[in-house]
Amino acid sequence: MQQHHILDGRKFQITIKRLCHQLIENHNDFSNSVLIGIQPRGVFLASRIKEELKQILPQAQIKIGNLDITFFRDDFRRKEGMHLPSSTHIDFLIENKKVILIDDVLWTGRTIRAALDAILVFGRPQNVELLTLVDRRYARHLPIKADYVGIQVDTIYSQKVIVRWKEADTEDQVILLSEE
Amino acid sequence: MIDQTQKLSTRHLLGIKDLSQSDIELILYTANTFKEVINRPIKKVPSLRDITIANLFFENSTRTKLSFELAEKRLSADIINFASSASSVNKGETLIDTVNNILAMKVDMVVMRHPYAGASIFLSKNVKAQIINAGDGAHEHPTQALLDAFSIQQKYGQVQGKKVAIIGDVLHSRVALSNILCLQKLGAEVMVCGPTTLIPKYIGSLGVKIEHRLLNALNWCDVANMLRIQLERQEINYFPSLREYTLMYGLNKQILDSLNKEITIMHPGPINRGVELTSDVADSKQSIILDQVENGVAVRMAVLYLLASS
Repeated sequence: MQQHHILDGRKFQITIKRLCHQLIENHNDFSNSVLIGIQPRGVFLASRIKEELKQILPQAQIKIGNLDITFFRDDFRRKEGMHLPSSTHIDFLIENKKVILIDDVLWTGRTIRAALDAILVFGRPQNVELLTLVDRRYARHLPIKADYVGIQVDTIYSQKVIVRWKEADTEDQVILLSEE
Repeated sequence: MIDQTQKLSTRHLLGIKDLSQSDIELILYTANTFKEVINRPIKKVPSLRDITIANLFFENSTRTKLSFELAEKRLSADIINFASSASSVNKGETLIDTVNNILAMKVDMVVMRHPYAGASIFLSKNVKAQIINAGDGAHEHPTQALLDAFSIQQKYGQVQGKKVAIIGDVLHSRVALSNILCLQKLGAEVMVCGPTTLIPKYIGSLGVKIEHRLLNALNWCDVANMLRIQLERQEINYFPSLREYTLMYGLNKQILDSLNKEITIMHPGPINRGVELTSDVADSKQSIILDQVENGVAVRMAVLYLLASS
């Protein structure tokens, strides 16, 4: 496997900051907006975004939740290997709220399709936006696009994009793995 | 810690005997996520929408049948129900024929309760569908044991190291055997308590403590699982009278309050109020009998989900 660093160090931090400022442009003080991190890896990005927003807007009350989409996947029993669920934790209703779905990598769009289904359980949102750190372009299986993108990369199917987080993996970085 | 790629080691759920410790932990872990699902405003998820499940109940059941049915519906499975009293079994059809006819209607899973021990094992060897044992005679009742273990885990954080006394009609109980195996695999200590006639002769070989005095068992345990006296299965008299049984082995508030610690009371249902338990004990805050029922749906969802994906 060949490793290629796409994003790390200072550039990683700047990207997160930029995403936060873009969010503030559309959501003001977040009084009617909620952040929803998609399990398992989107929750790291969501909590990082929240921390960063708190720095910029110390007065804002920012609501955050974790959403597990396992039971809403479209490949259950069609793919080798199990999909073990993670926990969902959303202790508020999203009725008439502006929902910002957050995931680390946007690829085929199927996870987001499942998330759109799963989120409806908690109410009818006013609108739903999508924020992703890495957008793998030209790889979509469904008509889905992100509203806020950290970095766009062009990849082929066999490649893997991995986002590592300080909290879980000791370092913040985005890596592209390709077979030799 | 649960490994994200872990799978159940078995295709059917016939008994706790066939499950490994990590299988049980996987089921309890998954049940925890389903418990969150069934407390949502909309309690349904679409996972099993392309699966058809037949519930075959050759013996009466309220809780287990409703609980399985609800679990299946919450997972969006299609279900068909069958009760032997209103079926062709009374015309002399064999079990395999009955089930194969049902399977010809394209059924993927069978949940079965049967009065004969080993019926689900027999079926799993003779038909193609995945089988879930919902109680076979006095043999096993695996989902009951799993939900009991889950309830203990929810109450205490873990099952390991807990002392559980199973009290009452152990001889006729499938809940007892499944519970003993399940709790031991999770590292709990188990004691059985009851009159000599209702304790099977060789139960000691399972590595459980045996006690014949209720008070000793209660003083020893953290959790007391009170079993029902199964009068319908007793063709001879195992004790002189129900009144005497109640005096010796019935749990009332007075005994409970006389203990120098707070123990948790469980019961697999249906309760014979006033026999093994008095009403004030069954409805006390130490009793988690209704939590068991709620947890039953979550545990059965986990079992169905994990088996469907194996």
